[in-house]
Amino acid sequence: MLNHRFLCRNEDLKEMLESNKESLKLEAMKRIVGLIAKGKNASELFPAVVKNVASKNIELKKLVYVYLVRYAEEQQDLALLSISTFQRALKDPNQLIRASALRVLSSIRVPIIVPIMMLAIKEAATDLSPYVRKTAAHAIQKLYSLDPDQKEHLIEVIEKLLKDKSTLVAGSVVMAFEEVCPDRIDLIHKNYRKLCNLLVDVEEWGQVVIIHMLTRYARTQFVSPWREDAMFDENNEKAFYDSEEERKVEQTKPYIMDPDHRLLLRNTKPLLQSRNTAVVMAVSQLYWHLAPKHELSIITKSLVRLLRSHREVQYVVLQNIATMSIQRKGMFEPFMKSFYVRSTDATHIKTLKLEILTNLANEANISTILREFQTYVKSQDKAFAAATIQAIGRCATNISEVTDTCLNGLVLLLSNRDETVVAESVVVIKKLLQTQPSQHSDIIKHMAKLFDNITVPMARASILWLMGEYCEHVPKIAPDVLRKMAKTFTNEEDIVKLQIVNLAAKLYLTNSKQTKLLTQYILNLGKYDQNYDIRDRTRFIRQLIVPNEKSGALSKYARRILMAPKPAPVLQSAFKDRDRFQLGTLSHTLNSQASGYLELSDWPAVAPDQSVRNVEVVEPAGAPALRKSKTAKSNEKFYSDSEEEEEEEEEGSSSEESVSESESEENSDDSNKSSSSQSEKSSSESDSEKKKKTLKNKKLQQQKPDILIITYLPPQIMQKTLLLIIMTKYILIHIVLSISTQFFVNCMCSLLHLCVFLACQFDVVSWHVHVSLQASSPVFVPETSHELLHRMTGKGLSAQYRFTRQPCIYGNSMVSLQLTLSNSSDQALENIHISEKSSTGQNIHRFNAIERLEPQASVTVSMGVDFNDSTQAANFQLCTKEDEFSVSIQPAVGELLLPITMSEADFTKEQEHRAG
Amino acid sequence: MPVLDITLKDNALIMIHSLFLINNAGDLFLEKHWKSVISRSVCDYFFEAREKAVEPDNVPPVIRTPHHYLINIYREKIFFVSVIQTEVPPLFVIEFLHRVAETFQDYFGECSESTIKDNVVIVYELLEEMLDNGFPLATESNILKELIRPPTILRSMVNTITGSSNVGETLPTGQLSTIPWRRAGVKYTNNEAYFDVVEEIDAILDKSGTTVFAEIQGVIDACVKLSGMPDLTLSFMNPRLLDDVSFHPCVRYKRWESERVISFVPPDGNFQLMSYHISAQNLVAIPVYVKQNISFFETGSSGRLDITVGPKQTMGKTVEGLVVTVHMPKVVLSANLNATQGTYNYDPVTKILVWDIGKLNPQKLPNLKGSLSLQSGAPKPEENPSLNIDLKIQQLAISGLKVNRLDMYGEKYKPFKGVKYVTKAGKFQVRT
Repeated sequence: MLNHRFLCRNEDLKEMLESNKESLKLEAMKRIVGLIAKGKNASELFPAVVKNVASKNIELKKLVYVYLVRYAEEQQDLALLSISTFQRALKDPNQLIRASALRVLSSIRVPIIVPIMMLAIKEAATDLSPYVRKTAAHAIQKLYSLDPDQKEHLIEVIEKLLKDKSTLVAGSVVMAFEEVCPDRIDLIHKNYRKLCNLLVDVEEWGQVVIIHMLTRYARTQFVSPWREDAMFDENNEKAFYDSEEERKVEQTKPYIMDPDHRLLLRNTKPLLQSRNTAVVMAVSQLYWHLAPKHELSIITKSLVRLLRSHREVQYVVLQNIATMSIQRKGMFEPFMKSFYVRSTDATHIKTLKLEILTNLANEANISTILREFQTYVKSQDKAFAAATIQAIGRCATNISEVTDTCLNGLVLLLSNRDETVVAESVVVIKKLLQTQPSQHSDIIKHMAKLFDNITVPMARASILWLMGEYCEHVPKIAPDVLRKMAKTFTNEEDIVKLQIVNLAAKLYLTNSKQTKLLTQYILNLGKYDQNYDIRDRTRFIRQLIVPNEKSGALSKYARRILMAPKPAPVLQSAFKDRDRFQLGTLSHTLNSQASGYLELSDWPAVAPDQSVRNVEVVEPAGAPALRKSKTAKSNEKFYSDSEEEEEEEEEGSSSEESVSESESEENSDDSNKSSSSQSEKSSSESDSEKKKKTLKNKKLQQQKPDILIITYLPPQIMQKTLLLIIMTKYILIHIVLSISTQFFVNCMCSLLHLCVFLACQFDVVSWHVHVSLQASSPVFVPETSHELLHRMTGKGLSAQYRFTRQPCIYGNSMVSLQLTLSNSSDQALENIHISEKSSTGQNIHRFNAIERLEPQASVTVSMGVDFNDSTQAANFQLCTKEDEFSVSIQPAVGELLLPITMSEADFTKEQEHRAG
Repeated sequence: MPVLDITLKDNALIMIHSLFLINNAGDLFLEKHWKSVISRSVCDYFFEAREKAVEPDNVPPVIRTPHHYLINIYREKIFFVSVIQTEVPPLFVIEFLHRVAETFQDYFGECSESTIKDNVVIVYELLEEMLDNGFPLATESNILKELIRPPTILRSMVNTITGSSNVGETLPTGQLSTIPWRRAGVKYTNNEAYFDVVEEIDAILDKSGTTVFAEIQGVIDACVKLSGMPDLTLSFMNPRLLDDVSFHPCVRYKRWESERVISFVPPDGNFQLMSYHISAQNLVAIPVYVKQNISFFETGSSGRLDITVGPKQTMGKTVEGLVVTVHMPKVVLSANLNATQGTYNYDPVTKILVWDIGKLNPQKLPNLKGSLSLQSGAPKPEENPSLNIDLKIQQLAISGLKVNRLDMYGEKYKPFKGVKYVTKAGKFQVRT
């Protein structure tokens, strides 16, 4: 009857769909969607529905799509009817329609259309609209699950999409990467820095996926920052060493973080402030798995903040904190009170909080924690009260100072009205007593007295075990207990029976006079027990303890076997072994490996080649021969340390270059030769794809760059070089910032001006530094300091400054400066600071006043100056307690710029933007 | 053979495979699959866990079944149960499910079984847009509202008459701009921006009234209706108070780091700008004190209850909306009480006593006194129940946080601006 009515209803839906009225069709589709939502079968309407796939009405169309995706798999032949509509829609001028057509097409799980899907994906991957490209990334996964044989082709598409600069696409393509080819880490290298830099602007869900992927990536590419003796220096601190020693120091220094490793940590940090809890957790696990231990503390606050969120979020976060708190108590100890339990918390939340509190317990806070536990023991939630007792037991074993206090507290609980509480207390007391039994025979006696009132089998078994184990401490009571047990033996639970047999055996060995008959009685009862374990045990015990001619040599050792001192059980956290899983994963939450879990690899012992992440320059077609010859030449110049410099390649200028190179080589001193031979070695090992404009690099390595530059690199050469670059259009912008001398920087400045001028003339290029692109951190920072205040003018106070070429921590528009103040007078100088008023109006971030500078001492401070992008000098007053000195810092243009890496394609794009 | 083939392929990775909505009574009233259909019998594992947990709050959020993982949230008396097949960060799914619930709330005014059933087509359209192949696609409410218009009574009437649609016809502009949270071309005749600073006190007080633990959690909710692309900067008098903050994605984190101002291009309409935390290290003012005496007698199956609430540190403001909630032990059958102010209600099924006091009058302190009757024969409860306090103080941010000014750049007009402060009790518990 029901079935019949259902069919009728479907009939009228069919009629509605076949009518001419749009509204009727829509109404029918709405009802059909309602059926699908309820899980009812509406597949027989397929022919009627699929006719409407080309409808003009967008809502109707959408509902038809919903239907198609649901039933296409079951009605493959009919589904094919709709394909041509989607193929048409893929060419629609409206990106929304293109995207949704691709979405539906790729959701129709019909194997026969795989080639069509493949084609559509390839096309969509090059679509102008990032929204469509995002959809293409999603479609990759769908196609892959439909036909894994397409893997190779799909990887090509992924490779292409990984290069995409749109934040919209990044998350989705990384997702596709993770699903299709998570092992192809080589695809990530070139995009690593881009992903790091885009990360903040990617949508939340994409962030989570990218962060998890980068965590895995980093574990394969960087060396561990956790070595015991690691010094947490970074490259830019090199400047503190003499330049001569630099190289040596670098080799002996135990650990230097790869700048790319640092980049990842730096760029994920702001995401700790995300409103999305999944993002915060993802960053936290990234720091946990990748950051040096002393930097971990920054994630604590954010994790604690998540505890304010929904119950389910709390659950997952608390689990992760529980794992963390085992290894690093210090991280969460200041936030201990955030883990206090409320009576309204869900049981699993309570247990997790308890776990964490127990992990955090130490000598200093144990009294607070125990007081808190006292409240919990009284909880109406008995399961939770029992868990608290276990926790007390753990605290008692871990912190010996409070063992006695805990034990006394637990004994008091033995008179609790609630059975579970008493039982749990008994079990925990048993464990505790094992550590120091001799002093506690009165507790054992007390428990023996309580024995009659305790019914929970586990507790009864525990008490019996205690009696047996320490029967020598309670010689009077133990036989009496055994007597009582002999009476009730048949009614006991199995675990209790086993312990009765156990107790009997032990008493027989120590006090056979009183218990011989009892033991035999119990063994007889056990012999005919229904449970085979008990029968087995009885038989074994009888053979062991009752001497007869058949019993072998073993019975001689019965006493030693049964009464052997037993190691006390170790009470430890249930989260002890959870750290084998990556934090924040489903596997961690379940404490078992979920399918598809990708193991986090161990750090490599030796860092893989870092240069793979350098963004390669795309060689213009048509100059392969030149390229080859150049490779050979520049090989010897390759020097891994100067990687951050942007590459510059110019085919036309190679002749000039070689001239200057040969000249400079002749003149270079010994140290230079050795260094270049070193670099030769390293370059032959490493990927020689990367070529540098090496002239400048070379100079940097030399001891007296000024002279060399003046002598062998006259600005004219540079000018010509640059001119040629521009003219031949083989352009890569190259602003070299790592030049140490003022002179050279000035040269560069004039060259830049020239370039801009030329560019305008030829209408080819316009020079623009696009700040949003990757700002590379400098690998080379000149050690040269500039005089700010001479000791004569400064009445003993001298000051030197240098540009650190790091992003200024005081503000984006500021330039970071390092001041070295030294006192060459014979009196201590007091209260050195920069006066409030700045004469030229620049914004200056002052260093904190130095209270006292002893004679011959010097101190280094950092400050930030906003030069407003001009080369106007910053004038300010350097003050001591007595005096004021006017000083000024004149920045070179180079120091104001942000170094960037730019591929040729980008450059061309930028260029198009700024033509004319 | 092909059948087997398909099942194998379905093991390929996917984040969220299916979603089931289940009400408190255990009825499955909506299902949605983003890939091939998973039989609803998978929910049996959920029902089993639900049964075991007794209270809906105690259902474990992650449940393992032989072939799937069920990640669920419980909200507004509805379980959102998602089916997962492979490794995925569980918070990712949980956060997404909450986002779904919030979107429903946003669209239908409330997220309940009946509204979802009434709007099943919109729900389906939303779910279709929010997730593509199990991966979140569009979750920003501003974008969703351009794709699918929320129902209004008027529109649904017009729609039924004219047969016009609920679905947006143009591409949401937000997806393409760098600020996905704001649509272009917003126009208002009255340009206004309102901010609510809402602070909640989380506290545990012990029997004697001493603070065991207290901290302040605050949020700034905004309602911004401004034309064009306004760029706002909100600054505080005392930003150093804020210990830990989290922001809506629109906030420029770097400006906060360097200058301690909130700089942002706002989404259109209502949104939560930021949430913050004032650390427990600062002394937290506790606005009320509670004198209580709850005792159960050894004999006679009865007990006494006497609660008085009084003002403590209210900064001269009136405490309103005062409610005391007590979760009584299971053995308490009924309560015979007398309230000097407000009304009380004891629900013998849930064992919850609610005393709704209202405004706190410092001259005449409200008191609730009387006797409790217990189940005869049952042992007296071990622990006294703790009290949960609810209250509200208008025009006060208990932390002392003050908004200094709001500046707007990028647009010419002068907007109306306003800031409101409210303090509430969060998880405010008095142990007895």
